[in-house]
Amino acid sequence: MIAGEFDLSIGSLIGFSSMSITLLTIEANMPMPLASILTLIMTIFIGYCNGLTVVKSGLPSFIITLGSLFIIRGLTIAITKLITGRTQISGIDESSGYDFMHSIFSSNIKIADVDFPISIFWWLLFVFLGYFMLNQTQIGNWVFATGASKESSKLMGIPIRKIKVSLFMLTAFCAWFIAVIQVTTFNGADVLRGEQKEFISIIAAVIGGTLLTGGYGSIIGVMIGALIFGIVKQGIIFAGVDADWFQVFMGVMLVSAVLVNGRFKKKYIHEF
Amino acid sequence: MNSNRLDLYKIYKNFGNVKALKNVSMNTKSGQINCILGDNGAGKSTLVNIISGVFRQDEGDYKINDEIVSFSSPMEAMNAGISTVYQNLAIIPIMNIYRNFFLGQEPTKKGFFKTFDKEFATQTTIEELEKFDIKIENPKRAAGTLSGGERQILAIARALYFGAKILILDEPTSALGVKESNKVVDQIISLKDQNINVILISHNIEQAFMLSDKFFIIKNGDMIEQFEKDQTSVNGLRKILEK
Repeated sequence: MIAGEFDLSIGSLIGFSSMSITLLTIEANMPMPLASILTLIMTIFIGYCNGLTVVKSGLPSFIITLGSLFIIRGLTIAITKLITGRTQISGIDESSGYDFMHSIFSSNIKIADVDFPISIFWWLLFVFLGYFMLNQTQIGNWVFATGASKESSKLMGIPIRKIKVSLFMLTAFCAWFIAVIQVTTFNGADVLRGEQKEFISIIAAVIGGTLLTGGYGSIIGVMIGALIFGIVKQGIIFAGVDADWFQVFMGVMLVSAVLVNGRFKKKYIHEF
Repeated sequence: MNSNRLDLYKIYKNFGNVKALKNVSMNTKSGQINCILGDNGAGKSTLVNIISGVFRQDEGDYKINDEIVSFSSPMEAMNAGISTVYQNLAIIPIMNIYRNFFLGQEPTKKGFFKTFDKEFATQTTIEELEKFDIKIENPKRAAGTLSGGERQILAIARALYFGAKILILDEPTSALGVKESNKVVDQIISLKDQNINVILISHNIEQAFMLSDKFFIIKNGDMIEQFEKDQTSVNGLRKILEK
């Protein structure tokens, strides 16, 4: 989003990846790590196609990835039904290599007698990597510039096409990563996995201060946005409020965040 | 000392049936401000785009210091020391000043990760802008908080820092108020002493006359007249342009 593009297809990419890993492992009898790597290659390739289509056509990524959202979700459901006749597959824990994958992606780590899912540490690692890339490297500067002004970036010799395509590949990679965690946590896959994740990720980014117009945002902000989302989602149940109100609250948060972000941008730089 | 000469000889450029440039020749050298005057649509932009490497001429020679050159991209021209400061300046208002200064050519620290050397960038930005009488206490401010004139000068300072010897300024003061405009004008004049070949594009006759040493007048894609400053006057230029 900072580079000025949306990827709406990540939700269905999560579904695709988790199903692909499960099918390759259970139906094709592959060791799970191998299935995961093959899936990773496919997923990143889809991300590459997304990016290429956006860059070549010059159309808004919003529309392009909305299309791929449905294509990928539809294909995942259709192919899974074709092969297995079902939409949910479980029992991946009996296949070879599962224990290894499980220990990396969804075991628990005990700190002071409390179990923490390992995914928390992955999350923190990705936050750190993202922060480092965006704020401390040349590529990061190019990402900001690409989102803020395509024309200016081009004039200064920044390879905006490469940047955009790589970022689509990166979001695809992230979708794959979530898929692996989900497969190992839930011991299988469901074709509908990852549904609405595309909206959640945008909500987290916007609440975290990312501008819808691109060019501004921070990883730490997005992390806090995701945290707020998670806290509210869990907290609303503990608070004894009917969980239906969660969606209302999130919607209100989103709209107010967009308004506030726009205001700040105007204040920060008076002319634009 | 190298005089950074840029010469065009019998340049032609067509876009389909439209003859954008017909038989344009001009000679420029450093230490003076060369002004291209003309109305909108006269062919100024086409000429600038040829000089800055956006596209090539159909016919004619383009020479830098007597050597024929041909650029396939603005980057190539930039590497040869020809920099263009466009009207939109290629400055990004929501990014901070030092990130704008090094946009696309960020300094990196040595080492495996090649991290952005922010200290160096900050320091250099302050120093380079000071040469142009702009004091920036905090280069982490968004570039959008600079005044229009300061932004113009930022773009010029950046071009020079990255080795521009021939600097094309496209309407540098057109969007500025009088005070800001004078600031920029002073700095453009100071470029003459730095052995820079300044090519100024303008349609503000009074200002162009005050600033420049040599005038090239384009009309309908034709280079109709050229003058040294002492051969003409503001009224003389206006008469030709409005003829």
